[in-house]
Amino acid sequence: MRSKLTPLLLLVAVVLLAAFPFVGEKFYIQLIAKVMIMAIFAMSLDLLVGYTGLVSLGHAAFFGLAGYVLAKAAPQYAAANLWTTLPLALGACAVFALLTGFLVLRTSGIYFIMVTLAFSQMLFFVFHDTPFGGGSDGIYIYAKPEIKIGATALLDLEDFKVLYWFILGLMTLVYLFLRQVLDSNFGRALIGIKTNEHRLRALGFSTFRYKLASYMLSGMLAGLAGYLAALQFGFVNPEILSWHVSGSVLMMVILGGMGSLHGAALGAFVFILLQETLSNQSWFGPIAKHWQLAMGIFIIAVALLLPHGLVGLGSTLGNRHKETGGHD
Amino acid sequence: MTDPVLRVENLSKLFGGLAAVNNVSLELHLGQVHAVIGPNGAGKSTLTNLISGELMPTSGSIRYLAHGEGEFELAGLSSDRISRLGIGRSFQKTNIFLPFTAFENCRLAAQSRLQRAWRIFRGASRYADVNVIAEQSLQAAGLSERGEVVAAMLSHGEQRQLEIAMCLATQPRILLMDEPLAGMGPQESLRIVALIRQLAAEHAILLIEHDMDAVFAVAHCLTVMVNGEVIESGTPQAVRASAQVQQAYLGDAHGDTHG
Repeated sequence: MRSKLTPLLLLVAVVLLAAFPFVGEKFYIQLIAKVMIMAIFAMSLDLLVGYTGLVSLGHAAFFGLAGYVLAKAAPQYAAANLWTTLPLALGACAVFALLTGFLVLRTSGIYFIMVTLAFSQMLFFVFHDTPFGGGSDGIYIYAKPEIKIGATALLDLEDFKVLYWFILGLMTLVYLFLRQVLDSNFGRALIGIKTNEHRLRALGFSTFRYKLASYMLSGMLAGLAGYLAALQFGFVNPEILSWHVSGSVLMMVILGGMGSLHGAALGAFVFILLQETLSNQSWFGPIAKHWQLAMGIFIIAVALLLPHGLVGLGSTLGNRHKETGGHD
Repeated sequence: MTDPVLRVENLSKLFGGLAAVNNVSLELHLGQVHAVIGPNGAGKSTLTNLISGELMPTSGSIRYLAHGEGEFELAGLSSDRISRLGIGRSFQKTNIFLPFTAFENCRLAAQSRLQRAWRIFRGASRYADVNVIAEQSLQAAGLSERGEVVAAMLSHGEQRQLEIAMCLATQPRILLMDEPLAGMGPQESLRIVALIRQLAAEHAILLIEHDMDAVFAVAHCLTVMVNGEVIESGTPQAVRASAQVQQAYLGDAHGDTHG
């Protein structure tokens, strides 16, 4: 669903997002920062679901694991060092992906969904039910990690605007990185796996290795999102590992459009902003607490009417128009 | 005669109690087309699938004499490994990447031979040698004008041609062609028969085909299978003269030319 206009529209979107802190209120700046973190999360899942053809219902495992690594690695009341804690978090995600990947990637389809879900639930209970994990109360991260070179601080993440731009920068980098990955030989092979894995193997591709690499990369990028989320909220609890989170991010990807990076990001924006709107009591009063009902109806409508998600809106309407015009 | 590049010995495949391929032996030589014919259900496709690694043999061996690298036992290897050793196959049922252009189908096939497939910071279209191989494969199969067309939009015959082009793009030494002419128009059939004859000069080809005119036009060697077993093998003239073959197959083959 990439037209020639897409890069221009994305550039405009990034510029508008970059300008937002100059005009927005603190609450909304922090909300959009949260949305951008989820956009990274959704793009990471889209690499797996939309491009490799592996539908995971356990992506929260990486998101939560990275958050917990930050919480455990950070000193109790002082700031952690981002240069050490971020690689540590991503490395933990890579190792978790490698270990579970050897098992989950032997399955496909509905079994892949079940096994990824099972592994993420196992991780959930490790943090929920052990003294090591801090139990259901979770762990506070009192200070935001520091980004220093020598003794000078590069960015002060305690400043909510700086943090916002930091997250915006990372979201943009993740998008560009994935765009590049997908255009490489590696990315083409992943799309080939999604399209016709059997044929790709017959052509000489060791598809298991490609899937494992995709699974690890996807897990590490989900870990980046989880690290940022823990950093922003200053708190982790087992809920960030729960299947609700896995389900939500999967819905974001489906909503925005599987197999489209900016579609996944758009899905995150629409999903969270809609959630915030529908659950706003001053607007919807007593029905606000039933926001999930309205959200469900919206997602069903999109799934039925827009097979390529929100990002396919233009082309879907275009095809309708063509069909009524008598073309095939 | 040269040493065989591929030697199948006593190969069997049992599905439950059914021997789809029963004790089959045959050889492929560089520069030759070895055709396997037989009625539907004779086990020809199963034989192809055993050699290409899509199926694991129940017993028997498949020895491959690689160029300067000694001998490999293919039985038990995965299909991707066998492909990388230089054994390419085309499928009886068209098996292509429908959302990709014809060129991208061949480019991806050619990419499989790259050693540096993992360089993620280099665009896939920037490998000139891969592009050239993809372009040549399309041309050989008669699709050079159709490279930018999405595979799903190609006609059935063109998709069959693309199937062969993709196989060529992997630059195999041995070609396993499972009914390459099925569903092709007469014009394309002639082209592919000419292509097979031309490829035979430098490849070893296993050809499974129902079109007897094509088979007798290109085959150097002919094996006839019935019910999973080889009933006759030899030169086309010898096989045509065999009373057993005439009775079992060619005799009632007039109505049985469909895949």
